[in-house]
Amino acid sequence: MTTTRPSQQPADADLEITSSQEARCTGNWTSHNLAPLERRLPAIAWPAGNLIIDASPLAAMDTAGAWMLHGIVGKLEGKGRTVTLKGLAPGNETLMRLVASAAAAVPATTAPVVPGVLERVGMGTWQGLVAPTVGIVTFLGESAVALLRSLAQPSRLRWRPILYNVQSAGFNALLITGLLSFLMGIVIAYQGAEQLQRYGANIFIADLVGLSMLRELSPLLTAIIVAGRSGSAYAAQIGTMKVTEEIDALRTIGVAPMELLVLPKMLALMLALPLLTVFADVMGVLGGMIMARAQLAVSFAAFVDRLGDAVSLSSYLIGLGKAPVFAAIIALVGCYQGFQVTGSAESVGRQTTIAVVQGIFLVIVADSLFSIVFSWLKL
Amino acid sequence: MATPADETVIEVRNVSTRFGSAVVHDDVSLAVRRGETFALAGGIGCGKSVLLREIIMLQQPNAGSIRVFGQDTQRISEEEALNLRRRWGVMFQRGGLFTSLTVAENVGLPLREHTQLSDGLIDEIAALKIALTGLPLSAGAKYPEELSGGMRKRASLARAIALDPELLLLDEPTTGLDPLSAAEIDELVRGLKQSLGLTIVMVTHDLDLLWRLADRVAILGYGPMLGIGTMDELSRSDNPIIHQYFYGPRGRSAREQAWKQK
Repeated sequence: MTTTRPSQQPADADLEITSSQEARCTGNWTSHNLAPLERRLPAIAWPAGNLIIDASPLAAMDTAGAWMLHGIVGKLEGKGRTVTLKGLAPGNETLMRLVASAAAAVPATTAPVVPGVLERVGMGTWQGLVAPTVGIVTFLGESAVALLRSLAQPSRLRWRPILYNVQSAGFNALLITGLLSFLMGIVIAYQGAEQLQRYGANIFIADLVGLSMLRELSPLLTAIIVAGRSGSAYAAQIGTMKVTEEIDALRTIGVAPMELLVLPKMLALMLALPLLTVFADVMGVLGGMIMARAQLAVSFAAFVDRLGDAVSLSSYLIGLGKAPVFAAIIALVGCYQGFQVTGSAESVGRQTTIAVVQGIFLVIVADSLFSIVFSWLKL
Repeated sequence: MATPADETVIEVRNVSTRFGSAVVHDDVSLAVRRGETFALAGGIGCGKSVLLREIIMLQQPNAGSIRVFGQDTQRISEEEALNLRRRWGVMFQRGGLFTSLTVAENVGLPLREHTQLSDGLIDEIAALKIALTGLPLSAGAKYPEELSGGMRKRASLARAIALDPELLLLDEPTTGLDPLSAAEIDELVRGLKQSLGLTIVMVTHDLDLLWRLADRVAILGYGPMLGIGTMDELSRSDNPIIHQYFYGPRGRSAREQAWKQK
């Protein structure tokens, strides 16, 4: 036992100038009791000339205290004075020696260098724009190659993870997508009902609900839910696997992470999302039908009858055809962000957030592009 | 302040732990005295780390009591528990460093949480502790993921001694290190103990470390404790498992090494 410990009510560390040549250290020079002295330190009026510091009244000292005393002595000696320490307990003396021996390695605190405006713009452009674009294009290329290779040799496809992903991303999402789509159908019918009633065009509620749900809303809504549900899961799973070196392990065993982790997710989602969209279509129209009957007295039979005329096959297929594209976007963005994780837990969280935000953003961008292209093609 | 040399720092009394039907500890009792280096040893899965986790209140035993600094860890208020936690430092098996902070920030964290010192002084003390553990100056600004396994252990040790704890608990301090780094770590622990006057409890199955550092060793073995005493006493034990432990091929060479050094 070389250091001593604070007693029941530890007194704060203190340093008093007792004469023109002597100063006394009192109290507990420990990290918990050092703060008041540290604040007072710059204001202490040191006597000119040589100084003896008496450490015998010291109650306790730890490395933090020893460091501070070492600093005081160093600063005074730097001003050309001779400082003598006396009365140090043997344990504290060891501590002072230990601190002095390690002190050489402790840097003087310097302000970090702040980069200039031009440098920051350059770094921002590179890190925020160029590097991610290059990264995602590379990733897209790699997954395309893996996909083509698998299609050329279908026996390489891993059906078990594909089916598992169909279940977790598709089947398990039925309830939430169905419910939300149903509610969306109700909302649209409810909002439209008043307007249509004013013109006596009650039956056109089928056009309104059918077209908006089937062509636009249910594919988009489903894709957004799946991006939040599965895109985040993909990023977090792959990211954690990267932190725990599982990805590296796969590579060394000779299993391409692309083939085991990315392709099954992408293919499964491209299969599941259209199916989910069909289900969402049905539920959305159902919601609209119920609302139409309640608000506009349009019977189910009349609604369904009108629905066949209102929504052309091409409109329906356009809606459905967007789903696999959205699925590919969500899966690729989720997996890509997962692979961008570096070793820290924080980075898993950050990349997962980016996966969801980018996934939803790109799905909506793709949807707008589809609208432009289809109106150009007069579909 | 005078502290009696035989003061008990940790007292484990009749502790039993079970996971389902698997018995890990059966009526284990031991006491760690102030200033000694105490080791918990035994084969893989015999509950060394579990006992350590119970001592630092991360886990509760099924029966028995554990007192640290005289306080019963199972009947303790939040405030007392916090005070207790400030008096010990723990080095985890895989480091337990915060991956989103640099090494210097990791080491400075306990100081920032528990003291009112200025940021500048805290940075200096953190740098000092990093230097004490033998890490190069440049390591402070790095993130844990950028360090090698041995450096991570040192950084973890630097954080464990940030507040100058009275009790230092080490979980497998040398496991997974090359022999050179392992030897450095045990030199380091020995040096820190001498200069800071620590009580050390370590979990290890590194026989070299046991011979070189441990004042006393408790050997746990899938239920009841197999033996407790100095390495010399234990090496004369006629318990077949302890005998196996010491006189297996690796045990013998570690023992010969230790003899040569004496």
